[in-house]
Amino acid sequence: MELRSELQSGRSATESDGDYARLAADILSRAKACGATEADVVVADGQTLSVQVRVGAVDRLTKAREKRLGLRVFVGKRSATSSTSDFSKESLERLVSETCTLAKTVVEDPTSGLPEANQMATDLPDLDLYDGTVLSTENQIEWAKRGEAAAFAADERVTNSEGAEFESSSGRVILANSHGFIGSYNGSSFSLSVSPIASDARTGSMQRGVWYEVQRKFARLASAESIGREAARRAVRRLGARRVATKRVPVVFDQETAGSLLANLCSAVSGYGLYKRASFLLDQLGRTIASDLITVYDDGRMVGGLGSRPFDGEGVATRKNTIVERGVLTSYLLDTYSGKKMGLPSTGNASRSVGESPSVGPTNFYLVPGTKTPEQIIGSVKEGLYLTELIGFGINMVTGDYSRGASGFWIENGELAFPVEEITIAGNLKQMLKDIEMVGNDLVFRGRVASPTVKIAEMMVAGN
Amino acid sequence: MTEAVQLATFGVTEADARHVLDRLSTRDVDYADLYFESRVAESVSMEEGIVKRAAKSISQGVGVRATVGEKTGFAYSDDLTKKDLELAADTARYIADSPKGTRTVPVPVHRRPAHDLYPVDRAKAEVATPERVALLNEIDAEARRYDPRIKNVMASFNTEYKVVVVATSDGVLVADIQPLSRLQISCIAEEDGNRQIGSFGGGGRVGFEFYRDRNRHLEYAREAAREAIVNLSAVEAPAGVMPVVLASGWPGILLHEAIGHGLEADFNRKKTSAFSNLIGQRVASEVCTIVDDGTLPFRRGSLNMDDEGTPTGRTILIEKGILRGYLTDKLNARLMGIGLTGNGRRESYQSVVLPRMTNTFMLAGESDPQDIIRSVKRGLYAVSFGGGQVDITNGKFVFSASEAYLIEDGKVTRPVKGATLIGNGPEILKKVSMVGHDLKLDNGIGTCGKDGQSVPVGVGLPTIKVDEITVGGTQR
Repeated sequence: MELRSELQSGRSATESDGDYARLAADILSRAKACGATEADVVVADGQTLSVQVRVGAVDRLTKAREKRLGLRVFVGKRSATSSTSDFSKESLERLVSETCTLAKTVVEDPTSGLPEANQMATDLPDLDLYDGTVLSTENQIEWAKRGEAAAFAADERVTNSEGAEFESSSGRVILANSHGFIGSYNGSSFSLSVSPIASDARTGSMQRGVWYEVQRKFARLASAESIGREAARRAVRRLGARRVATKRVPVVFDQETAGSLLANLCSAVSGYGLYKRASFLLDQLGRTIASDLITVYDDGRMVGGLGSRPFDGEGVATRKNTIVERGVLTSYLLDTYSGKKMGLPSTGNASRSVGESPSVGPTNFYLVPGTKTPEQIIGSVKEGLYLTELIGFGINMVTGDYSRGASGFWIENGELAFPVEEITIAGNLKQMLKDIEMVGNDLVFRGRVASPTVKIAEMMVAGN
Repeated sequence: MTEAVQLATFGVTEADARHVLDRLSTRDVDYADLYFESRVAESVSMEEGIVKRAAKSISQGVGVRATVGEKTGFAYSDDLTKKDLELAADTARYIADSPKGTRTVPVPVHRRPAHDLYPVDRAKAEVATPERVALLNEIDAEARRYDPRIKNVMASFNTEYKVVVVATSDGVLVADIQPLSRLQISCIAEEDGNRQIGSFGGGGRVGFEFYRDRNRHLEYAREAAREAIVNLSAVEAPAGVMPVVLASGWPGILLHEAIGHGLEADFNRKKTSAFSNLIGQRVASEVCTIVDDGTLPFRRGSLNMDDEGTPTGRTILIEKGILRGYLTDKLNARLMGIGLTGNGRRESYQSVVLPRMTNTFMLAGESDPQDIIRSVKRGLYAVSFGGGQVDITNGKFVFSASEAYLIEDGKVTRPVKGATLIGNGPEILKKVSMVGHDLKLDNGIGTCGKDGQSVPVGVGLPTIKVDEITVGGTQR
């Protein structure tokens, strides 16, 4: 679930933006007094209510409110970061002084520092990321129960359940730095996930199906029933899965697995992997890295987007970057530090978890859809794999070597013939990106990274 | 340090804790607990020959829980005033749907944890940053000295110091101090445009001196460099079903994925595990005996007590191939009517307790590791792995080799590129035909994820032969 990252933006009923702005200003001035030449402060707070039901009864109810403050200081070219959930005056004072001391113990890094003052975001548009709808506990329980009940009702082979979970969260992020920048935004999310289990009465074998949806606006959430029915369909269709013989075939990645492939591309173009020489896309800017059907954007300002934000983790304005244009790599994803390392400006992709130095992350990273329906793509395959699930971590980002556990459906003469499992697919990401020969028209944002269905000309499928 | 002193470090008195437990224990509540946690984590990291980053994080809070039948009500707070505790208690017991507390819980009995497995001095755990910086600098130099083809060294040293106090409605008040540290190194090797990565690391519930003892840190550096250099000459991995010999130690990740998760009690109570109803049945060959043991001194997966205050223990999961038991927490043990094994764990005060593994390993057998390799005509010898994953419900699991070799006519020959191995949990261990006498535990790098919660774990394995498993390479 993507939801966890949303918790980093928090909202509190008790503290106003003004209180946190004063807190941040106070900490910045204390850091200066302790010898910091530059500093920035992030404050995040939020609340979450999550209910889980299983087989019609409430299984777990979790309610929480949390807050966290992160500090980064620079003493010349040395830097350190710290974070705390304890906002008491004496604790924060100690944190500031310890962080400055810590910075003085590390080695000088000539590349370090805040972005230049003139790079700070000046326009902070409302990206429609927040919905103040407050759902009662009973209402959330009802949603989860309806989702799970729909899964049970959809098919008699659905006999058990890992449960259904409804979660709502909202929060706020405030960032301030010693250039005088201060910005804040609110965010919210509402999600339902349903995980029914289907069983084969004859063999006793079981399969789990999962379906979910996440939206920033409660009103945009699909019905609990439709999510539950889709989860049931996904569980039931896996029943009777078997292995296939080892062979090279075309592989059609569905939306979910194509999204995972796109996430691999996203990692490969992230600044930190590149300057450490730990990416398979080293020195490829301006070169063809994928088939000419591939155009990829990262858009930090998509209205209502799950990965949208007006400024990044360093206060730099977000924007829409073209990452790949008709197969040519046109931009990396960079923050200030990795950008300097690559001799390029930040692309507004600093991602900041409160207690850590910035790293690079996508905002809304997606593959532009093509014209073919998923059915047309499957229809183009004489014999091959329709991939619906990947497991494991068999990806070497340094070399692009790719080998993962897979399940899905075997395609025969353009149609899904039977479910398959306990197989692997293998290749190399460099070649796989170039071998994409069809792109679907079915782009749907279910998280920060999204892709339509894609077809790869050929991969090795290992089975029995 | 006595338990009361540690509760006081959270600014909470014993009377407050009892008051909140009383408030939680409404008529229908079976069990309630408070989990106070304070955690200080520090890290330093190095790349490009520079120790660039130092970070410190402090967190403190309380998790409050009430269970009623199968239901759990849970709330947490990072503020610890009496009012915050009461608020959390009212949220947690909401689930009980019954009138306010009139019951009084038993007076807590002070207890010390049953074990003292990691007596680490706080002063040693919190070694000064300059010493950590020096350690990383030596690692960088050692890895580069190992081979001039090593072009970048990335190393990080992380420590955490956790103080927990558990107060329960069944009358337990118990505290533990849980130090944990880890040194992790990755090297990038380059030769004629071919770049490869190698990684190695280790740690445990140990102090800083552990890493300098016998220059362990330099050995780690050489191992990471060696793996990167070996991979420079790796050929494409084979695809299909073949015999695989797993080296001793970290390849025990096989056990963690193939059977460990499937034996956690929650999945079995819900009957959503491929192992449901298999107690007493054969799930492995006769040469396999597998245990989960949280009581090994200084190990990353060890604990003096679990996060519900239950002493950790040694649980036999599989005995000579027969499935013997599950790993439990209080909720699932009660609902299933089985005993506590001390496996109730949580990532932090912000997360609920789940049954989790500690150190999971197979006991040594009788075969000579060399004989095991010699018995294979054509297959794979897998020495080191990245991560693994399992689908509990259908039992399919994967784990991905990061250093592996071909076995040809009983001899280890060429290194092959990383490949994922896939199998079926309840079936795979039936195909283990030889078990070496060389049981080794991993070096202390494992982190297990479940329901979004990460906890430190250990694994171990003697050299074993799996007669057939699917290897996900690219070559026929």
